[in-house]
Amino acid sequence: MFKENTMINKVVFGAEEAMHDITDTATLMLGGFGLSGIPENCIQALLRKGVKELTCISNNAGVDDFGIGLLLKTRQVKKMISSYVGENAEFERQLLSGELEVELIPQGTLAERIRAGGAGIPAFYTPAGVGTEVAEGKEVREYDGKLYLLEQWLRADFAMVKAWKGDTSGNLIYRGTARNFNPMMATAGKITIAEVEELVPVGELDPNHIHTPGIYVHRIFQGSNYEKRIEQRTISK
Amino acid sequence: MLDKIGIAKRIAEEVRDGMYINLGIGIPTLVANYIPSTLNVVLQSENGLLGIGPFPKESEVDPDLINAGKQTITMMPGSALFHSAESFAMIRGGHVDLTILGAMEVSEEGDIANWKVPGKMVKGMGGAMDLVASAKNIIVAMQHCSKEGSSKLLKKCSLPITGIRCVKKIVSDLAVLDVLPQGGFRLLERAPGVSVEEIKNATEGKLIIEGEIPEMIF
Repeated sequence: MFKENTMINKVVFGAEEAMHDITDTATLMLGGFGLSGIPENCIQALLRKGVKELTCISNNAGVDDFGIGLLLKTRQVKKMISSYVGENAEFERQLLSGELEVELIPQGTLAERIRAGGAGIPAFYTPAGVGTEVAEGKEVREYDGKLYLLEQWLRADFAMVKAWKGDTSGNLIYRGTARNFNPMMATAGKITIAEVEELVPVGELDPNHIHTPGIYVHRIFQGSNYEKRIEQRTISK
Repeated sequence: MLDKIGIAKRIAEEVRDGMYINLGIGIPTLVANYIPSTLNVVLQSENGLLGIGPFPKESEVDPDLINAGKQTITMMPGSALFHSAESFAMIRGGHVDLTILGAMEVSEEGDIANWKVPGKMVKGMGGAMDLVASAKNIIVAMQHCSKEGSSKLLKKCSLPITGIRCVKKIVSDLAVLDVLPQGGFRLLERAPGVSVEEIKNATEGKLIIEGEIPEMIF
């Protein structure tokens, strides 16, 4: 058992190989907040592959010409599940014309539903949305004099996450606020695909610093040509 | 009457030493510029940072470091980074001391509406519903009236609400007001050059005026 390297090799050649078995109507989770920490290589591969009628779970929907906005333009998305979808004219057009379904969820509820999905918790109570249209049709329960909504887990056929560094067994480290939704999504995919800026051999990452343990990651590859576009470049003089 | 900077400056007066604070997008973001440097406070960004610093210099811009408004930022020494579920755990769990956010309408019961205008583009609630459902202390920065002159401090919100009975204090361009637990806006201060009569006329909800109302000083 304890030979020199017992770690499982999850490495695939690139995004195409990572999503070779993805089909139309799949439910996807895509990491990122705004354009920070999005799986750029996976999104490009989805465009090339042309799979359609996707349900995309992602905090935001990109901008017109980057991120998930690219998949909206090619009409590959049937439904978006997000917390905030501003800054996207094509999105607005498809929403108003009824081509695109949208489910808006409070950001903390979205994060927790994904976390619950990965952690095997089918439902939980949260105060967010009590008394609002988010509460419609949901069970409300009182604890210590305060009202809470019952919310259910979210899981996906494929979770696509972006990390800074990863090793060949799928251990991941994120950088800065590009971490955001990626760690929870990594736990909630039947197949989790990780793209990383730097792929290293096992043993090179300090186990003390791992954010996502490799058990959650099924396929990993080193991405290329990261644009890392900035939405609001704010500078101090 | 206060401009946006004036509202931000007045809200900064509410900040106390040792607070962890979440600032919303817009006027609330400006508040950071006016918090006295004698206070030690930590700013939380819902996308996963405690310890927001100033905007970066051109040479420091990092696409992996943004705030909730997707603006490039820096980190203060002693910052901590975390994922979105952890971020909202600290918000929902009541660990954030003060939340400052904008509003389109507030009711005399403390309900807030700030996420949706039916018939117009619906952008989503982002983290606002989680914040208002959980924060111990919520201060709202807003315009007292719409551009057409109708009050935004109402008996009941006309827009879809973001949260119920949550707003504790309002700083508008005209006044500082408390929202009382039993309902009603209690007038605390007038903006420079604004009379009690003007505030009365601009407030549709129940306005409570006790004694002399001072002009705000800051």
